[in-house]
Amino acid sequence: MKSKSIKVDYLARVEGEGSLILKVKDGKIKDLKFKIFEPPRFFEAFLVGRKYTEAPDITARICGICPIAYQMSAVHAMERIAGVRIEGPIRDLRRLIYCGEWIESHVLHIYLLHAPDFLGYEDAIQIAKDYPEVVKKALELKKIGNDIVNLLGGREIHPINVRVGGFYSIPSKSEFLHLAERLKWARDASIETVRWASSLPFPDFEMDYEYVALRHPEEYPFNEGRLVSNHGLDIDISEFESNFFEEHVAHSNSLHSVNKKGEPYHVGPLARFNLNFDKLSPIAKEVAQDVNFIPPINNPFKSIIARAIETVYACDEAIRLIETIDWKTKPYVEFEVKEGIGWGCTEAPRGILYHRYKVNKEGLIESAKIVPPTAQNLKQIESDLYSFTTKYLNLSKDDLQWKLEQAIRNYDPCISCATHFLKLEIVEE
Amino acid sequence: MPAKKHKPKLAVWKFASCDGCQLSLLDCEDELLKITEIIEIANFPEASRAIQPGPYDISLVEGSITTPHDAERIHKIRRQSKILITIGACATSGGIQALRNFADVKYYTNLVYANPKFISTLQHSTPISHHIYVDYELRGCPINKYQLIEVISAFVNNRKPNIPNTSVCIECKRKSVTCVMVSQGLPCLGPVTHAGCQALCPSYNRPCFGCYGPKEAPNTTSLAEQFIELGLSKNDIVRAFRGFNAYSDAFRKESEIYEK
Repeated sequence: MKSKSIKVDYLARVEGEGSLILKVKDGKIKDLKFKIFEPPRFFEAFLVGRKYTEAPDITARICGICPIAYQMSAVHAMERIAGVRIEGPIRDLRRLIYCGEWIESHVLHIYLLHAPDFLGYEDAIQIAKDYPEVVKKALELKKIGNDIVNLLGGREIHPINVRVGGFYSIPSKSEFLHLAERLKWARDASIETVRWASSLPFPDFEMDYEYVALRHPEEYPFNEGRLVSNHGLDIDISEFESNFFEEHVAHSNSLHSVNKKGEPYHVGPLARFNLNFDKLSPIAKEVAQDVNFIPPINNPFKSIIARAIETVYACDEAIRLIETIDWKTKPYVEFEVKEGIGWGCTEAPRGILYHRYKVNKEGLIESAKIVPPTAQNLKQIESDLYSFTTKYLNLSKDDLQWKLEQAIRNYDPCISCATHFLKLEIVEE
Repeated sequence: MPAKKHKPKLAVWKFASCDGCQLSLLDCEDELLKITEIIEIANFPEASRAIQPGPYDISLVEGSITTPHDAERIHKIRRQSKILITIGACATSGGIQALRNFADVKYYTNLVYANPKFISTLQHSTPISHHIYVDYELRGCPINKYQLIEVISAFVNNRKPNIPNTSVCIECKRKSVTCVMVSQGLPCLGPVTHAGCQALCPSYNRPCFGCYGPKEAPNTTSLAEQFIELGLSKNDIVRAFRGFNAYSDAFRKESEIYEK
């Protein structure tokens, strides 16, 4: 158990205040530290002894921005232990609620958190003073994502309707038909978002990434698939821990995820887009082609376009699902508890979210491991910062600081660190 | 020409938490821009790069105190704040991370000291009111965003917030939701849980699991006895009261009775 103690804390570090210290001497980087510090909350420790049915609600509390992702990875892991596969309408409804979370989270990041960097504003409220219609439209679009989660999940933050085996209850189709109409507007609005995002000024900057994402034979990935990468990885999710490792970096309080070679890798919208472009719906694919956004895309600043295209896809997919789901289904599948180990890996808005649980025959959790997307991106973020600084060392201190903040926000690393709480100290020697 | 009216300054602060309660402010999609016409958001790192110095008219505090550094920081925030309101279960009762407060001390000490960087972590996760005077506590895991708007609006206008302090049970009756405990024998915390969610879980055919914490003078003893009648084990009862508000007085005491 002692060795677990190191691992429980990283969950906390994915959120909170980030700080960056950069030291330059004779035109060379002497020190570059990106830290995320957040009080440890010990989720993996206190999950031990809880009932397997409690995991979705407890782990949702890790993140108020993407609780659905935590609930989905948890329920899939528990169902895998029981040897149950959820198919049909319940599977579709899970995709639908995930669409809602992607829309809500992506639009929040595109317009409220990332756009101000591109446009030179401190925040979206300042943008609203000059362009009120843009911000109003963004909020309306974000609201539609929240409304899907709200209706199917009960509320937008920490929804209550998701359970192992399915849902507690399923609202009627008529309640969703109204949403489908608004989603058509939302799909158009996100197509406009793609065009707008692709017209933003992007720094000339590319990296040679290993992208890692889920891949499913028939669909753009939410809940299921194999883990693949552009470097030839193709594994079952149960092999995650023998392919990805966490290393303690001396200069940082953060554990960094690395691949087998000890190198960073990239998860999130840009990874999904590059690896699953062929699985986008025709409308989403067409708008990507229209703006000439076609894999491989290796400029991390362009993740804002990938997010916008995924928003188009999520609206499109939600409309399709609402029209085709068999709404008269039983809300959940019942099954017997079994002891064993199970894995869940789903595509949170920010990238793959991995859960592993060991459950005993009473249905109590004996051990838990959770690897959120931001922990996996941390080493990659540092690597980006290093390369960017090397290339753009001649920028003024203020410009470089802002651009480095923006480079971190490319990964939407989690709201409080993603947004403007970064302290940069450049020591010129 | 009349003097320009003072726009109240609002600050949002984060301690150990999931960010969900402060996100509620950004989730006010229909109201956010109107809110910023009336109040000035002066310190809200989740939303803005621009940070204005204090003092602040209203501070919203999210999260619980879990480190010595944070135990200091909350005093500085209190000194800069005319009105200080805690938002959510973490700030009001210590949150889900307060489950560590019940753990075997030795186990957690080992856990804490296994790595030097945890040495500064406190043994307990405590609510803000254990450290400073709090003007108002808004309940929920997460809070209800409409209640948040009501509370801000009340303090801006110098009136008492209109937040019902009844139970989830009463909300069910008002909504005519069939009782999940009576009709299905499900263990529901609704009779002892503070109102605010509009009986959300029972409306979705699920028993309440206590997001809003204990209501005023809750009869947890009687409810726990009812749970025994329904066939719950002692362990089940301990877990039922040890959720997101485990360290609130009423839920903590009831869970301790069934622990041994």
